[in-house]
Amino acid sequence: MLKLQNISKTFNPGTVNEKTALCGVNLHLEKGDFATIIGSNGAGKSTMFNAICGDFMTDSGSVILDDENITFLPVHERAKRIGRLYQDPMRGSAPGMSIEENLSLAAGHGGWFSRISKADKDRFREKLSLLGMGLEDRMKQPVGLLSGGQRQALTLMMATMDVPKLLLLDEHTAALDPATAEKVLEITKNIVTEHKITTLMVTHNMQNAIDMGNRILMMDSGNIVLDIKDDVKKGLTVSDLLDRFKEGSGKSLDNDRILLS
Amino acid sequence: MSLSIVLNLGETALQLGLICSLTVLALFLSYSMLNVCDLSTDGCFTLGACVGATVAIAGHPFLSIPAAMLAGTLSGFVTAFLQTRMGVDSLLAGIIVNTALYSINIAVMGGSSLLNMNKTETVFTMLKASLKGTALADRHVLIVALIAVVVIVLFLGFFLTTRLGLAIRATGNNEDMVKSSSINPVFTTTIGLCVANAFTGLSGCLLGQSQKSVSIDIGTGMLTVALASLLIGRTFVSKGGIIKRAVGVVIGSIIFRIVYTIALRFNMPAFMLKFVSSVIVVIAISAPYLKSRYPMMKRKFEAMRGEKKNA
Repeated sequence: MLKLQNISKTFNPGTVNEKTALCGVNLHLEKGDFATIIGSNGAGKSTMFNAICGDFMTDSGSVILDDENITFLPVHERAKRIGRLYQDPMRGSAPGMSIEENLSLAAGHGGWFSRISKADKDRFREKLSLLGMGLEDRMKQPVGLLSGGQRQALTLMMATMDVPKLLLLDEHTAALDPATAEKVLEITKNIVTEHKITTLMVTHNMQNAIDMGNRILMMDSGNIVLDIKDDVKKGLTVSDLLDRFKEGSGKSLDNDRILLS
Repeated sequence: MSLSIVLNLGETALQLGLICSLTVLALFLSYSMLNVCDLSTDGCFTLGACVGATVAIAGHPFLSIPAAMLAGTLSGFVTAFLQTRMGVDSLLAGIIVNTALYSINIAVMGGSSLLNMNKTETVFTMLKASLKGTALADRHVLIVALIAVVVIVLFLGFFLTTRLGLAIRATGNNEDMVKSSSINPVFTTTIGLCVANAFTGLSGCLLGQSQKSVSIDIGTGMLTVALASLLIGRTFVSKGGIIKRAVGVVIGSIIFRIVYTIALRFNMPAFMLKFVSSVIVVIAISAPYLKSRYPMMKRKFEAMRGEKKNA
């Protein structure tokens, strides 16, 4: 489904600020894979997402999604195939526009001069009610009035309304309070399982990383140092993971720092 | 001052307010919706007036209106192209286009800086002729302006609720979200500026034709006047649907002209218009800011006084 081949990226090359963010990342996700990604700050997790989404051009390597080479496509073209959530709940929706207007833009049916139809509204209402946040009765309200958790859930809805080939979740619950984060994770799990969406999820919560998905990736210094799949992953504990990381990267991982950062 | 003078002045203010409200509606689209401050507005307004006058003088009264709008659209396209494809900062792109338009405008007027339309047939003179003898004969300017404003407001009400319109609004609101929705913000910015500048061109065309003359500085200060009108309109109608807000903006433009007309009656010289409009823009923008700071300032002042007393 998703193939990253030898992706490299160095920021500010040739200056004192030179930073190699990705060095030859290779990754192969099967259709329907749900992989969680852990690793300390600066390991290259978000940079890898940015490379997949096209926020910058990579220095080398190629990105292949569903047998299509998307390495040189612009961001908005890739967005037709990829759904993405950021850590910042404010980033995924337009605050000055109503919930239904946001959903209608994201759901993207009809031509440029089409308008929100009754059928669209019914579909949005039905989808929103699945969130269990009462948003279905507030469809005319501007999104700016929603709380962070509600906005993130809405963004998740927007990103998956037209089922994407790939879903990228970049610490999308990190800015939410624990109870809300739990709820948004639950919704995430339901949507991903229902549509069998191939998903990558960055998290700093080791337990979440173990509990969710069928694969766990660990990144360090711009590379994937650990890739644990299916059966092996099921029996994993946090301390196993720390030991494995030590073997993989040759240095120990400061669990507290990761959990708290 | 007799009643007839008051009514007469009121009508002039209404005419000017309506015609210029088309430029305000252009800013409503580019500034309020797309979040781009289009500094080419002055030049584009003049461009519309020049093109409208030239085409009308050539004997095409009806064609002059779409021609002026098309000229505005082209100007908007260039401004958008510079800021989206050539890496020019959006404010700078407007200033550059505005400067270039000065030359273009004189070229359009055949090298002169003034065109006279005293004997030219325009939609205004045609309407006046056809209304001859009826009670509305002298209201021809008002009628044309009103029709134009109603058409543009209805168009905006429709346009901004289509998918394209939503995308334009979202571009000014959260560009990341637009990209995530598989829409190219370059495209939406370009369309938005083209449409907005078409309105500005129309506005210039109608003002020139209703005054029966166009000079190269007809659009000077138009941006500030329009911005003042927009902000006045916003204080009256800040919420609600697109049409409601667009009507608010038109009312803002009319109020601005009425205030200005009253100021003139108090013997304010005509050249002070630009100064007054600048002051209104400053007040409209900074009043809410100062108001939000007032309680804190008050507390601070009281605390300082309390300290002095205790000392």
